[in-house]
Amino acid sequence: MSTPVGSDVIYLNTTRLRLACEADWDRLDHIVSLLEKKSAKSLDDDDLLALPVLYRGALSSLSVARETSLDRSLARYLEQLCTRAYFQIYGVKVSGWRQVANFFADGWPGAVRDIWRETLVALLLTVLGTLLGYFLVRGDPSWFFDLMPGGMAQGRDPTASVQALSKTLYDPGKEGFLGIFATALFTHNSQTALFAFALGFAFGLPTAMLLIYNGVLLGALFAVFASKGLGAPFASWIMIHGTTELFAIMLAGAAGFRIGTAVAFPGPLARLDAAVQAGRTAGLVMLGVVAMLLVAGILEGVGRQTILVDWQRAAIGSIMLFCWLTYFYLPRRHNHDR
Amino acid sequence: MIGKAKSPRRKRSTLKRNFVTPEGVDLQLTLGSAGERAGAFLIDLIIMFAILIAASLITAALFNGFGSAADPVFAIIWLLGFFILRNFWFTLFEMGGQGATPGKRLMGLRVVARDGARLSGAAVVTRNALREIEIFLPFSLLAATGVEGSNTDAYIWAALLWSGLFLFLPLFNRDRLRAGDMLAGTWVVQVVKNDLAFDLTAATSERQRTHFTDQALDLYGEFELQTLEDVLRRNDPEAIRIVAQTIRSKLSLPDDGDDYNFLFDYYAALCARLEKGMMLGKRRADKFKNA
Repeated sequence: MSTPVGSDVIYLNTTRLRLACEADWDRLDHIVSLLEKKSAKSLDDDDLLALPVLYRGALSSLSVARETSLDRSLARYLEQLCTRAYFQIYGVKVSGWRQVANFFADGWPGAVRDIWRETLVALLLTVLGTLLGYFLVRGDPSWFFDLMPGGMAQGRDPTASVQALSKTLYDPGKEGFLGIFATALFTHNSQTALFAFALGFAFGLPTAMLLIYNGVLLGALFAVFASKGLGAPFASWIMIHGTTELFAIMLAGAAGFRIGTAVAFPGPLARLDAAVQAGRTAGLVMLGVVAMLLVAGILEGVGRQTILVDWQRAAIGSIMLFCWLTYFYLPRRHNHDR
Repeated sequence: MIGKAKSPRRKRSTLKRNFVTPEGVDLQLTLGSAGERAGAFLIDLIIMFAILIAASLITAALFNGFGSAADPVFAIIWLLGFFILRNFWFTLFEMGGQGATPGKRLMGLRVVARDGARLSGAAVVTRNALREIEIFLPFSLLAATGVEGSNTDAYIWAALLWSGLFLFLPLFNRDRLRAGDMLAGTWVVQVVKNDLAFDLTAATSERQRTHFTDQALDLYGEFELQTLEDVLRRNDPEAIRIVAQTIRSKLSLPDDGDDYNFLFDYYAALCARLEKGMMLGKRRADKFKNA
């Protein structure tokens, strides 16, 4: 077989494909690079309209190149070009704000309603833990020191005087000690929520333990205050942010349970697929839980330091709880598919 | 050479995965390796610590005259700041158009849904919430071993071992999935960006091309062709000299002193022949197989 000589081009499939399409590939490359650096707004109308056409053209070039040409650099180039274009076309969100609006209008409450059974279990476990902690410490105050981790109580223990305990409830929090305490508490509680969710896939057992323990801590602290006749003030001190925060932790735990049960009882699906499917609902719930924790943090950091009257604290806590319950569980007229 | 001739391509598990677009084309994504993932995470961690240190320095400058009044602010920065930073850093960046944190972008990685669908915000939150127990729990436990008394050591080591399982989980599965990736239905893939290399088969000068007989072109298959392509594109004189000598001695051709052009012509001729076979449905994978 003879090959053409001299400056004549050898007409290989590679060369033909390059000659026919290289201009289109270059343009697609240019558009995709623009999209990667900036947003879709930086494109003019022509480019925006051309994008899907160019993308499909590049995909078919890739198929042709794979089947007819042995030029590996060409196939590699087209692979990366198509991949980048794919992510720009299919991977980018419709619009950030629309998505946020959809999430709060529909996605989140829907997902929360979806896991109502698990939420009920989480509530039960927390209540159980609270009762346990309360009665243990009321029965024998020395239990308190076994239940409470070292730095958490910050002097709120059975040996403290009524005045000292009362002071912890109403101290408006000068810059300093209380600030750190509130921060540590917020971090601790958010972490509890994250762990309750993240540990769920171990069949939900660590989640159950965490929820019970969280309840025990609450019950133990309540017992300390109640034994000094400060039960109601303490309850309102907790309530102002606690209705939001404890609710968030329970939802996180419920999301964890959802994943745990999917892993334990995958039904007809493969275990991993079942986990992914449960993870989708659970992830939506968690996304909202983060928002709830932020609200709780603001209520705790600002609300509790400025509002020092018991009934006002309790009222804010109750109103928040009422709002959350209405928001999540009130039946909606239109219920799109998520 | 002693011993049996083995096929040069060994079967081994690669990081290439099929990824079929809605148009029905397989894009063949390459997964990020464990090393790249760890590197990206370290870069992110370094940036986060740099931010915290910068915040502390600014606070120190602002509270210059107050002495210990700034202490609680430092505590808040490192407790709350680090918590918020590490939880929002990954989530917000991965929800963005690039699907990658700055560290991942530097390492050329991005997060993608395994089923090819759009990466949802919920998936991003799920995969990053799990990060707390995969990475920050083991590390805080590790830090605790240095601080706590000896009576808790056994407990902490047991916990460390348990959480270490998660840390090294990506090394134990084919798809390099973290626990977070497993639950969220995501994986991390390489995003390469390269330019189209020039056409090796197109003539570039007024030179006479070397002719090759069918026999000479029957010597090699696709694997050798593409290896030759790599050699030519890399353009390392030493490698070119050795390859040219080997081919010449096999074909018993005289040395004309122009190794690069010899290989260039041989590549074009071989490519033309193999592509022709390909069009007729006769592919030849490597030199050990017959078309």
